[in-house]
Amino acid sequence: MRSARFTSSVKMVAVRMQFTLYLVLLLNIYNSFVSALYFHIGETEKKCFIEEIPDETMIIGNYRTQLYDKQKEEYLPATQGLGMFVEVKDPDEKVILSRQYGSEGRFIFTSHTPGEHQICLHSNSSKFALFAGGMLRVHLDIQVGEHTNNYAEIAAKDKLTELQLRVRQLMEQVDQVQKEQNYQRYREERFRQTSESTNQRVLWWSIVQTLILVAIGFWQMRHLKSFFEAKKLV
Amino acid sequence: MLAWFLLLCAPLMFGWIRASELTFELPDNAKQCFYEDITIGTKCTLEFQVVTGGHYDVDCRLEDPDGTVLYKEMKKQYDSFTFTASRNGTFKFCFSNEFSTFTHKTVYFDFQVGDDPPLFPNENRVTALTQMESACVSIHEALKSVIDYQTHFRLREAQGRSRAEDLNTRVAFWSIGEAFILLVVSISQVLLLRSFFSDKKTTTTRVGS
Repeated sequence: MRSARFTSSVKMVAVRMQFTLYLVLLLNIYNSFVSALYFHIGETEKKCFIEEIPDETMIIGNYRTQLYDKQKEEYLPATQGLGMFVEVKDPDEKVILSRQYGSEGRFIFTSHTPGEHQICLHSNSSKFALFAGGMLRVHLDIQVGEHTNNYAEIAAKDKLTELQLRVRQLMEQVDQVQKEQNYQRYREERFRQTSESTNQRVLWWSIVQTLILVAIGFWQMRHLKSFFEAKKLV
Repeated sequence: MLAWFLLLCAPLMFGWIRASELTFELPDNAKQCFYEDITIGTKCTLEFQVVTGGHYDVDCRLEDPDGTVLYKEMKKQYDSFTFTASRNGTFKFCFSNEFSTFTHKTVYFDFQVGDDPPLFPNENRVTALTQMESACVSIHEALKSVIDYQTHFRLREAQGRSRAEDLNTRVAFWSIGEAFILLVVSISQVLLLRSFFSDKKTTTTRVGS
């Protein structure tokens, strides 16, 4: 009988623990979007951010929008029907992500070419144009490369000990450093090509200009000489 | 299993620990402000650098929730400012390009609030770190500063490269333009000179009084 009571109390504790843990999970999901940097944009305004990244780098962006309520004079926590259009362009101006999300969203993409990627956000609200008088509050958080890794998830999936997880984090960081250095080499090559092209152009231009000057000088003198001879002034 | 996973997620709830770094374009005569809610006693760092545009300078201003200006610099190219939040509330920092009439500026900033979140929940920290673990921590910190230096180097290189590309385009346009002007001027010189001596019909030979 004692063992029966013991097992039932253990079961109750287990149930309560599960409940608390689910609550923690829910709160965690809610809170992970709450405290990011925010800024204001107009309703039809498009805001673009530039991310210069090496290739095969993952970017995760989280955003949350709030609409200004004129009566309450504060920002509403969430608004139905308010969507944001997210557009991502790669360095060759090709669109790699173009989707509309709700008032709260998360976009993920991986770069395939190194260079400047442009992430543009604008709201799709044409019907709100009459209301808020223009201002949307956008909470934005962009994580690049190594910061996109969710170590808790990796630890749980691969069953890593604390030390193994730390070493894994170091490996990811070193990976990012290596990718950035490769990208650096590629950029330096482009820079060198541009400088050499400028050098060539200046050289050619100075030669061509000297030739033009000399040729025109000759032509002018010859033309004027024949002109004056024809006019019998010389 | 699920419990362990959730326990690991728990520290994300506490201490709004964030690092936001963004690069955005600031049009001429424009001002862009960013806001963040910070709790009292958190150590924060704001670092910014102008990547492209004009004389590579921007005005920056950081205010606390009361409106007191904590940091204000005009026409700065690069700076880093660390402060501790003296009260709870929304801190605001603004970048202004209002002094410029026609140059767009690209500005990079990195706003770090608090320290990085720990990899594991603090419940495990009843014993001190082993040598291996503290070695890992110091390597992690060193790599973080390597990545930070790389970012700043990349921005400076982008600046140099954009100047070089500008120079290249300007040289191309200028050389073509000047060759063209040379030709036009020399031909018109000859024509003008000819016209001085060809005025037979309009030469005023006044006959009479």
